[in-house]
Amino acid sequence: MTLPRFPPGQDPGPSFTGLLQHVGRDPFAPPGGGSQPGFADRHATTIVAVTYSDGVVMAADRRATAGSSIAQRDVQKLHPADRHSGIAIAGSAGFGLELIRLFQLQLEHYEKSEGVALSLEGKANQLASMVRQHLGLAMQGFVVVPLFAGYDVRRRAGRIFTYDPTGGRYEETDFHADGSGGRDARTTVKLGWTPSMAREDTIELAVQALYEAADEDSATGGPDAVRGIYPTVATITTEGFTMVEEPEVAERFASLITRMTERGARR
Amino acid sequence: MSVFGYVSPEQAQKDKADFARKGIARGRSLVGMSFMGGVLLCAENKSRNLHKLGEIYDHIAFAGVGKYNEFDQLRQAGIRSADLKGYSYSREDVDARSLANGYAQLIGQVFTHEMKPLEVEILVAEVGAEQADDQLFHILYDGTVVDEGGTSVLGGDADALAERLSSTYDPAADLQGALATAVAALGGPDRTLGAADLEIALLERSTRRRCFRRIRDQELIDLLGAPALVDPEPGPATAQ
Repeated sequence: MTLPRFPPGQDPGPSFTGLLQHVGRDPFAPPGGGSQPGFADRHATTIVAVTYSDGVVMAADRRATAGSSIAQRDVQKLHPADRHSGIAIAGSAGFGLELIRLFQLQLEHYEKSEGVALSLEGKANQLASMVRQHLGLAMQGFVVVPLFAGYDVRRRAGRIFTYDPTGGRYEETDFHADGSGGRDARTTVKLGWTPSMAREDTIELAVQALYEAADEDSATGGPDAVRGIYPTVATITTEGFTMVEEPEVAERFASLITRMTERGARR
Repeated sequence: MSVFGYVSPEQAQKDKADFARKGIARGRSLVGMSFMGGVLLCAENKSRNLHKLGEIYDHIAFAGVGKYNEFDQLRQAGIRSADLKGYSYSREDVDARSLANGYAQLIGQVFTHEMKPLEVEILVAEVGAEQADDQLFHILYDGTVVDEGGTSVLGGDADALAERLSSTYDPAADLQGALATAVAALGGPDRTLGAADLEIALLERSTRRRCFRRIRDQELIDLLGAPALVDPEPGPATAQ
């Protein structure tokens, strides 16, 4: 493989997407075809982020749908973006997962080139410009909306950023949820959230938000005890991005279900 | 009569090689070394911010001596090539051998076709799952690639340094032992290098995806600590 070299004026700098565009492989080039897809692409659904005393908890359900059928039961929508941040996607799964891959590479490429990682704000802005470059695809019906959260090592706090399909970037103070079940998840978190929550309580709240979303939204997957498939949950703290082990998530669900059964929930 | 005298190809190559060698000899040396815990890269470098060692990919590191701007451009090109390859195919498909070939091509091309050769020597190191799989590719200013086993020495005083290192190198050493050997060899019989004179990086043999790690500040001082002060003693003895 030949090494890419550029004259000084055309050097793409530490940007990986810039490099791809320079070598003629623009990942955002609008595909040909009609204005509306004549097929059902896979859709990823509900994603949640909640701040707590040590940072942020992120969670995502595992269902991908294609039209009215379930396309995949164990899809991973929540991924580490780098050491201190995570990204989850809702919307068109194919483009969304590609966006995650590109974003991860973008951050790593910058870090290796420059020798230091981008600031959390810088990462959030990078993602905004990548979402904006997807606008052409969004206009064709392939909308991708990421949720970005991380631990800001300079401010020593967890921060959450949300996006709209035009690349608008909005910072949320305490929590947010997106995707088809996002409204229900958001309401659940809103009712249960208090400042400086403990880790376990926050995980349980996030898990409950996904449970309630799955209860109201057919595209959101609930816990699947038969197959042993539970939502993905991660914490992001000063220690970095850590996936919460599946047994612990299962335990949180068990405790949630006990609580709801005792309450005699019929709603 | 022509204004330009005839210069034989042999002479032209020799002049270029001398020029490159002179440039490289002005800089300080570095050592790459496979040891039990991975691959250790140890450079004499007083700057904390202008690095000679860098991360290229998950298991691959770069080291360069000579002209800073030239080898730093090569480092950048390596990162680009590796990230492009990993994106196009898979992360597993990125390897040091193909990267070393790419570098050899580029450096060789410049040496033959351009007025000024690159005044650099570089090392592409890859850590394997087992120590036997570690790879060190040393690329010279004219594009020659050397597949080195165990240790590699780059820079001005390379021959003397390589000799010192070959008598003390122990592949079964741990990190502290390997570091002491490398630092003693870099310093030579007359000097003892401290944490402020060194840039140290490591490709750790681990299950983590990204193996590259810098050793600096307190960790480096601790590692160099007491045993390292005792260790340079055998150095002069073997140099006799």
